[in-house]
Amino acid sequence: MSKQKKPESTFPNMVIALLLVTMIAGLALGGVYVVTKEPIAAAKRAKLENALGKVLPEFDTLKNKKVPAVNGNDSLAFYTGYRNGSEVGTAVKTYTEKGYDGRFDIMVGFTPDNRIENTAVLNHTETPGLGDKIEKSKSDWSKQFNGKNPEQFQLKVKKDGGDVDAITAATISSRAFCDATKRAYETYEKEGGVK
Amino acid sequence: MNQWQNFTKGFIKDNPVFVLMLGLCPVLGVTTSAINGLGMGLATTFVLLMSNTVVTLIKSLIPVKVRIPSFIVIIASFVTIVELVMQAFLPTLFEQLGLFIPLIVVNCLVLGRAEAFASKNDFISSVIDGLGMGLGFTFALTLLGAVREILGSGAIFGWEFVTGDGMLVFVLAPGAFIGLGYLIAIMNKFNKAS
Amino acid sequence: MDYIIIIITAIFVNNIVLAQFLGICPFLGVSGKVSTSVGMSGAVMFVMTIATIVTWLIQNYILIPFSLEFLQTITFILIIASLVQMVEIILKKVSPPLYQALGIYLPLMTTNCAILGVAILTMQSNYNLMEGVVFAIANAIGFGLALLLFSSIREHLDLLDVPKGMRGVPIAFVAAGILALAFMGFAGLV
Repeated sequence: MSKQKKPESTFPNMVIALLLVTMIAGLALGGVYVVTKEPIAAAKRAKLENALGKVLPEFDTLKNKKVPAVNGNDSLAFYTGYRNGSEVGTAVKTYTEKGYDGRFDIMVGFTPDNRIENTAVLNHTETPGLGDKIEKSKSDWSKQFNGKNPEQFQLKVKKDGGDVDAITAATISSRAFCDATKRAYETYEKEGGVK
Repeated sequence: MNQWQNFTKGFIKDNPVFVLMLGLCPVLGVTTSAINGLGMGLATTFVLLMSNTVVTLIKSLIPVKVRIPSFIVIIASFVTIVELVMQAFLPTLFEQLGLFIPLIVVNCLVLGRAEAFASKNDFISSVIDGLGMGLGFTFALTLLGAVREILGSGAIFGWEFVTGDGMLVFVLAPGAFIGLGYLIAIMNKFNKAS
Repeated sequence: MDYIIIIITAIFVNNIVLAQFLGICPFLGVSGKVSTSVGMSGAVMFVMTIATIVTWLIQNYILIPFSLEFLQTITFILIIASLVQMVEIILKKVSPPLYQALGIYLPLMTTNCAILGVAILTMQSNYNLMEGVVFAIANAIGFGLALLLFSSIREHLDLLDVPKGMRGVPIAFVAAGILALAFMGFAGLV
């Protein structure tokens, strides 16, 4: 036990102590923020590039833009890939708010002939063991979207009259995934993606 | 009490989870797998160790009446540092642990050790206490995570030894409560016997 | 977004205690008796709503305009801690009966992760102020519901012949697990 005498709890003493503590904390945090800013941006970029590599055919240049979502209140990011000057496909970063645990984001790639090239889940908090089967690392479920043309392939689970087989015991997550894909397709279509 | 006992008390005798029952929200919330439990435990250990260290260093400079707000600022700063560093270098784990990383700030264990131990003891004891308690917390989280992962997904640290689904209820919310209940009962028995 | 969906999701589907695991400490600490759990729920509702409003304003009018979002955790906890103190002082002066009812639970609010958790979740979900308020109140109701159900279960547990090793906290956790299992049945509601 320390028997050191502590400063009295007088008003000036308290103000000075708190001011010093918050000032040092603020400076330290500012420093760490500056140091980690670049790595955080790099990590985010790496994640985006990784997802783009999965959902688009091989490309050498990329153009991106933001487009307001059809029937949604957020905007979607469009990444159009080109190879030797010709368009190979467009990746749409889309979202749903209907997940079991709220919002999650996925990336959907469309080829110029209007087919889904591939999909990738960017982040989710669906239930482990059930809803997380939307991820390719957990199950092959989402591969059923690949190569489909949403004009003919109804992006709804079979229970709702669509063409998508829902994940067993995770209809909500499957519906949400369809919702996100549909939003991507409708926005892509409105932007003149369909030739 | 010598320093070795001070260090080991966090594992069994005064385990923060099984005996003191402090900071249970992350214990239940993130332990869907052993690796998540380990990551969360180590993040908490870092905050606990650093806050104990700083609190014991400045304890004689802070007027008594403003000690709690000062402790909160110190803890919150270290939590923010953990948040930033994890976002930069462990983005996947950061996403999985999600909300529970900022919530380390309200983990009763961290503030409790700062107030009950570090503000009253010398430097060496406080550092060892922080480390011991933190690792005891990590041990509990990893154990619960491992139990839930083995029973729920038939895997351990991501290595699947049973293909297909396990007893899914253990990775879902009810499994957290039930698993922890049984672990506490087993730990009680163990503590009484020793 | 539909308010009804926010309310039902927060109370039943994603119950703050039984599915999100926030506020476990008070959940176990005060759930021994029905009467104390009512007081606790009242205090949570009061502080959670005010805290969500204040943190929302700070987030949208200070942190975001100055791109200081990385200071969210430290700002929010300081706001909540001082807010709790202020509420305590004001209640004592303005409404002694209310202070009598909620007073002893107020100091526990600062370290109640449900308060900070709901404030952060409100920001993550990009709710506007009104949705945030509805979300906070619904979560407080969900907390109260879980606490009330659990405390009445625990009052019954006291009268039962529980195996020796499971007495006390272990059996309470198993009971909470079964309650959480029951709440999973609400999943299809939205």
